[in-house]
Amino acid sequence: MPENQNQNPEAGLPISKIRAGKVSKYTIPHFVAPLDETPLQGVDAVKETGKPLSMWAEAWRSLRKRPLFIISALLIIVVIAIATIPGLFTSVDPTSCYLEFSNEGPSSGHPMGYNFQGCDVYARAIHGTRASLMVGIFTTIFVVLIGGTIGALAGFYGGWLDTILARLGDIFFALPMVLGAIIVMQLPAFRDNKSVWTVIVTLAIFGWPQVARITRGAVLEARDADFVKASRALGLSRGKSLLKHVIPNAMAPVIVVATVNLGVYIVAEATLSFLGLGLPFEVMSWGNDISSAQSQLRNNPMMLMWPALFLSVTVLSFIMLGDAVRDALDPKSRKGN
Amino acid sequence: MRYSHASKALVLSAALALTLTACGGGTPEESANGGSEGDATKVITANTTEPQNGLLPANTNEVGGGRVMDLIFTGLVSYDAKGKPVNEIAESIETTDSQNYTIKLVPGHTFSDGSPVTAASFVDAWNFGAAAKNAQLNSYFFESIKGYKEVSAENAKTEKMEGLKIVDDNTFTVELSQPESDFPLRLGYTAFMPLPEAAFKDPKAYGEAPVSNGPYKLAEWNHDVNLKLEVNESYEGPRKAANGGIDFKVYQSTESAYQDIMAGNLDVLDQIPPSALANYQSDLGDRSVNAPYAGNATITISGYLDHFKQGEEGNLRRAAISRSIDRQQIIDKVYFGGKVKAEEFTAPVLEGYSADIPGSEVLDFDADAAKKLWDEANAIENWDDSEEFSIGYNVDGAGNKEFVEAVANQVKNTLGINAVAKPYTSFKALRDDVTKKKMTGAHRSGWQADYPSMYNFLGALYGTGAGSNDGDYSNKEFDDKLKEGLAATDPAEGAKIFNESQEILFKDLPAIPLWYQAVQGGWSENVSNVEFGWNGVPIYNAITGK
Amino acid sequence: MLAFTLKRFLQLIPVFIGATLLVYFLVFATPGDPISALSGGKPMTPAVESALRAQYNLDQPFWVQYGLYLKNLVTLDLGMSFSGQEVRDLLARAFPVTARLAVMALAIEAVFGIFFGVIAGMRKGKAFDSTVLILSLIVIAIPTFVLGFVLQFVVGVKLEWAKPTVSGGATWGELILPAVVLGLVSFAYVLRLTRTSIIENKQADYVRTATAKGLSRGRVINVHILRNSLIPVVTFLGADLGSLMGGAIVTEGIFNVPGVGNLLYRAILKGETPTVVAVVGVLVIVFVLANLIVDMLYALLDPRIRYA
Repeated sequence: MPENQNQNPEAGLPISKIRAGKVSKYTIPHFVAPLDETPLQGVDAVKETGKPLSMWAEAWRSLRKRPLFIISALLIIVVIAIATIPGLFTSVDPTSCYLEFSNEGPSSGHPMGYNFQGCDVYARAIHGTRASLMVGIFTTIFVVLIGGTIGALAGFYGGWLDTILARLGDIFFALPMVLGAIIVMQLPAFRDNKSVWTVIVTLAIFGWPQVARITRGAVLEARDADFVKASRALGLSRGKSLLKHVIPNAMAPVIVVATVNLGVYIVAEATLSFLGLGLPFEVMSWGNDISSAQSQLRNNPMMLMWPALFLSVTVLSFIMLGDAVRDALDPKSRKGN
Repeated sequence: MRYSHASKALVLSAALALTLTACGGGTPEESANGGSEGDATKVITANTTEPQNGLLPANTNEVGGGRVMDLIFTGLVSYDAKGKPVNEIAESIETTDSQNYTIKLVPGHTFSDGSPVTAASFVDAWNFGAAAKNAQLNSYFFESIKGYKEVSAENAKTEKMEGLKIVDDNTFTVELSQPESDFPLRLGYTAFMPLPEAAFKDPKAYGEAPVSNGPYKLAEWNHDVNLKLEVNESYEGPRKAANGGIDFKVYQSTESAYQDIMAGNLDVLDQIPPSALANYQSDLGDRSVNAPYAGNATITISGYLDHFKQGEEGNLRRAAISRSIDRQQIIDKVYFGGKVKAEEFTAPVLEGYSADIPGSEVLDFDADAAKKLWDEANAIENWDDSEEFSIGYNVDGAGNKEFVEAVANQVKNTLGINAVAKPYTSFKALRDDVTKKKMTGAHRSGWQADYPSMYNFLGALYGTGAGSNDGDYSNKEFDDKLKEGLAATDPAEGAKIFNESQEILFKDLPAIPLWYQAVQGGWSENVSNVEFGWNGVPIYNAITGK
Repeated sequence: MLAFTLKRFLQLIPVFIGATLLVYFLVFATPGDPISALSGGKPMTPAVESALRAQYNLDQPFWVQYGLYLKNLVTLDLGMSFSGQEVRDLLARAFPVTARLAVMALAIEAVFGIFFGVIAGMRKGKAFDSTVLILSLIVIAIPTFVLGFVLQFVVGVKLEWAKPTVSGGATWGELILPAVVLGLVSFAYVLRLTRTSIIENKQADYVRTATAKGLSRGRVINVHILRNSLIPVVTFLGADLGSLMGGAIVTEGIFNVPGVGNLLYRAILKGETPTVVAVVGVLVIVFVLANLIVDMLYALLDPRIRYA
């Protein structure tokens, strides 16, 4: 397979090239010759002072100049601000609902009109941000932590560990998420202490195998790469080579899945609410509103539009952020810019 | 007797509704006048849910099975469109004391396999239904018959109720354990259908492919997909089929059935889904109907809850909540006018109904009066503002969420208390908390008649210790009135006494009536003569093709 | 490879027992008495109740119930549903329908996801890429119960291009609409995974070498970039096949598909343990097999990955 043989020198290079880039201010004029010499020493030298740090720092340096990153970060800050202090963005009480306003359009002070129950759509969307964002972010974090760890260990070490972890994943995965959630959310421990966290835990319990699977696949692909072998040959322990070389190179698909998941979890909460299993009924969320909008779809589509729009913008900003981070972490991609 | 469950769509709860005969259809003359130039050979397609059990009369207690049972079986009587019993197999049902009945059959009726319908077909079927060892869900329907206690006890030694005696092939007698004037009204209910001898040998196999005596017979049953009924040519009676058969399609939700109606993929739909309530009249035009039926929607605030115990404080609070609900507004906004505000505890289609029973003004919205009542209750014991007043509902019943949230908001806005709607995943989960008396708040409730009688509403729900008395309501005065009403030999007199008993209910409000049920149905361009019976079920046998 | 496959099949046994035990326990621990729910709110006579309880072994402690279940399983007796039907028959009716639906949904998301993903990846940052991003956002942000309803109404009722619901036969043609709805959400994953992988690989040196050798653009994309980019996509699709086989309660409900999702949903709500456990048992087998196939595809896509 020629393309794989071709890949080897390429795969071995990135780290040295980062180094090259770092010192390139001085070497730009001679851009062919010095590259070979300086980086070798550079690699050896920096390695002792802790390479991962400088790699992330490198990523950060590249990241903060990217418009994609700046826009998405700003959006996320706004969403987080809404979630933290909703009162800043609306003074209307989202729980004050009068049936006489049912399905009415926008009026002064109520820019997005009323929902079926006569509640202010805008105020509900603003106040629903916190719960939805928490479900999205924390579920994603848990899933990536649990699934990522398990998947990375399984893929990297293989053998019986892989077998056990993969089959454990199968057991959890066999019960589809929403259905598993129905059962778990009905268990007394969960039903009687309903909160945002029970939803997060439930979604995480059934969500991790997916990320584990993806991570395992990516790690499997990366662990046999020559730069990993080289790092081992240079005396790096297995664990360290997993952390320093394999994982950074296996991150891309995980980031993609995690950012898409963020949105999917927020919507999964909507589905749970639709089935009466979601957040406690007094907690407002986009999911809750989206699910109650379903029966009014033909008469008051705005009721669905607004929470869905809030959700879309949030997911969009995280997807963009994920893209930017992935680009920044990928030396090959940076080279192109 | 079962709880109304706003969604007939979701199969889950056995609870639901209407097992009552789908029939009616009026007298033959009536259906002839109904414009029957239609195509009498067309096979009608209609929506249903998968029957939960094999098709045995005493084991069918939900809509899906009920509507099929009532078409393939016929009993002593059936109900017409208005809920009046019409003789089918019975030639006469006679009594002098409301306790001992003599039932004579019209000879010559047969099951679809040719075997005759005799007195034994009824007596054996009823004994089978009541006997403990057969574990039939409807067995309590026979509890009025003398000897029921013995056959229904655990490890029962006998399987024959002593109150049933066969006189000859076409005559049998029934002795009840106490006088009950509405017993003949019940006889059109599914549980009282006859069974052929063959049924008892292997009831399970029989339930899959019953041999029956109704206007139709079951030709095919593809589980979870459809049930095909074909016309039973040997049927003689008031409900003769005006079409070539009925093909029931199993739907998981009325939403999808509604899409099929609009696309001409389905002929008759017995319930418009909530999402289409605002549009169905413009979508279907004159191919739709809003038909009231014998059922109501209520809110029950159990008597074991703090602040709501039976007594002065509880009564004041219940009245305050009742008066803070603007029923008409909910009917207009949530149901788009498709219901009628409740004026009492039963249903207007029943004989003896009265809209102005003294005390019924407690069902009228009056914010000031509500606040006053609430304050009076606070004077007895204070309601802390941190306390929550929740109204439970099951999300698997379509439309529950919308109305319960509206009620909670109204209570909140009028009384200024923290009133919320509390979802339960399933009817099962809600009923579980209700029957175990673990409710922490009110819950939606409702009743759909099994047979057209006021007693069916009042006795089962509010009698001391009655089976479905969720609120643990008990009032001796009320119980006595009920007994008195039951013993009356003249039905009109009985109804009058039942209405007097409701005056007591208005004071105590064991449940807060909201509105009477009405069914919104629709049909395709391919059929005509679609009418709905007293129980909200289409009169399938009268439907013709175009 | 044979030993590898064989080992996987042996692993099925503990996985199957583990999954069924877990599920059996979960349903067992779910509050709510299935028997009293059967009566629909009306208390039953004690005799009827205890007879029914005994019939479904519900009067036994957990371990006895589960033991009896396993014992019957050996003779392929999966138990009875509350409606008195063999669970075996229920499965035999529901799984073929869902399998058809899952295969179609998988095909739709794979074909369109990879196709658009490749183009978006090759034209990163261009108009096409952004359009596709917005498209996938819409798909993510709108829950299935809304998307399905809208598609059904527009395509099935207004345009009359397809029947709005699925008939008993659940033919391939009828399943297109639900399959599209089902495939759409996963389409977003496939698309973004493909796009990212392509972006990662398109600058690899072997790609430049291939281009320099004078290979056509199409061959470079298909053979060199795509093949090396497919591992995460294949992983996802493998996992997704399993979820799709688990049925989609919402989609199946909207289109009235008599499939696994609905069977499972109703069984869970009713507390019908034998049905729930049987469905999950079959799903576990599907998952392990799907995994096996994915692992074999890894080796095919990337020869460096080897299984001992």
